[in-house]
Amino acid sequence: MGKGPDTSHIDVRYVADLARLELSDDEIKRYEEQLGDVLHYVDQLGEVDVSGVDPTAHAMPLTNVMRDDRESPGIQRDDVLSNAPASLEGGLIRVPAVIDGEEGA
Amino acid sequence: MGALPLPTLDQAVSALRDGATSSRELCESVLGRIDTVDSRIGAYLYVDREEVLADAAAADRRRADGSQLGPFDGIPIAVKDNMAVRGQPLTCASRILKDFVSPYDATVIERLRSQGFIFLGRTNMDEFAMGSSNENSGLQATSNPHDSSRVPGGSSGGSAAAVAGGEAIVALGSDTGGSIRLPASFCGVVGVKPTYGRVSRYGLVAFASSLDQIGPLTRTVRDSALMLDIISGRDPRDSTSLPEPAGGCASCLSAASVNGMRCGMPREYFEVEGLDPSVRECVENAARQLEAEGAEIVEVSLPMLKYAIAAYYIIATAEASANLARFDGVRYGLRDSEGEAESLLAQYRLSRARGFGDEVKRRIILGTYVLSSGYYDAYYLRAQKVRTLIRKDFEHAFTECDVILSPVSPEPAYKKGELATPLRMYLADIYTISVNLAGICGLSVPCGATESGLPIGLQMLAPALHEKRLLQAAATYEAIRGDL
Repeated sequence: MGKGPDTSHIDVRYVADLARLELSDDEIKRYEEQLGDVLHYVDQLGEVDVSGVDPTAHAMPLTNVMRDDRESPGIQRDDVLSNAPASLEGGLIRVPAVIDGEEGA
Repeated sequence: MGALPLPTLDQAVSALRDGATSSRELCESVLGRIDTVDSRIGAYLYVDREEVLADAAAADRRRADGSQLGPFDGIPIAVKDNMAVRGQPLTCASRILKDFVSPYDATVIERLRSQGFIFLGRTNMDEFAMGSSNENSGLQATSNPHDSSRVPGGSSGGSAAAVAGGEAIVALGSDTGGSIRLPASFCGVVGVKPTYGRVSRYGLVAFASSLDQIGPLTRTVRDSALMLDIISGRDPRDSTSLPEPAGGCASCLSAASVNGMRCGMPREYFEVEGLDPSVRECVENAARQLEAEGAEIVEVSLPMLKYAIAAYYIIATAEASANLARFDGVRYGLRDSEGEAESLLAQYRLSRARGFGDEVKRRIILGTYVLSSGYYDAYYLRAQKVRTLIRKDFEHAFTECDVILSPVSPEPAYKKGELATPLRMYLADIYTISVNLAGICGLSVPCGATESGLPIGLQMLAPALHEKRLLQAAATYEAIRGDL
């Protein structure tokens, strides 16, 4: 981009770490090349004079959207758990231990 | 391809009402057609024959005893595999959701179900709707029904191919940057992207939440209008859905006329490098036909066109990287790390690495990068400001015209594997993408074909909330165009 950080290179390994994505060396090399092309292309946004322009987050902005404070049926727990890759009795989802010394939960 | 054996939606409604057909007969002819051609086209990822026939029998019983749910009761519909239909798989054509079954109905599905529509099955797509050709499906390849060596377009390619191939009467798709209009154009069917907020996104798997919108793919403009009347309108479960009254799209078509309508042709759209001469000719010919019918053709300018793709790929990937963070192999989706992941973090990383395909990973990386510390202002914030300028471009153009006419894509359907780099693929979305950034409504209606018979679509655009004007213009064009 016209001013600001160096955008000629993307450190894919670092960004993949932020995105919680395991990538192979081959993928990292490939994405660096391909996304380098894409970033080079999007650099043309630097030409546009955006001074005094407000950003658009939503094209049809609505504010303070409220719903009635009323109970309504939700999705049942068993239905939700039926898609869990690993669950335990009592409506729990199993994951690797997060805290040391809590083996065999 | 020869005459399609299926009726249009409008014809099916009449035939059911008059007793000329039954839901069973309609569903059997659709299923029969899927049996005959889908091994070649590959539009469907999932079809539940028994369930469809059971639903058809129930609809026929309701009609026999006078308790039908409405004029559409018993009509089958195909659904893109990113909208929740209770009890059916929902994969987004991704390995990460390969075994997922929806525990609830999307709002659009709920509305169609209450009218008696039957959910035929799930149509193929680019994984998580990221792509323009269906080549990014993680599960299956889909071919263009007009030429098997070519792509159907994407990302709603399965829905477009199903309708074009006579394997569905109507279908639902979703459009984030052209994903309904582009495959409609490539396959020679009608596809509508409603105004952002017209149709509830509840139950649509989010790709880029500020751009995604559900819409119909149909054989005729009238069929799309009928569908919009059912699926549009405020939904308390989607806080971005608009409160403005919807409906009346089909009934307004009987008075459709373009007499005195100002049709804008954006100068920059016809200066795009790589615009195929046959596409240009078909679109210009359509404009002449509208002019002969009383429309006024005016030149307009949308100078921000050249920045639309760049702004889109920053905003869409940024939103996608956040939306796809939920796929972590914990509560649902692929967890492919049993016995390997010694930590929760490793489990996230491995599940995502094995579940997501190439394009999805690439976009997650790009989206994470443009949101990351030190780059946010330079990329994301700047793209959002350019988005404002794109919106203003359209606002200004619509002071000079009522609808805009343009190509949908610079080229007709290309060969599989032809757009070999991600950037080349992104550039093919030049005409459709700015419409999502601006939030306005648009559609693709067939306007001709190349010498070799590949369909070409005409894109028509109207200001936000002006679906009626858009559909009236398209229906008028469709009538004067005649059969293709």
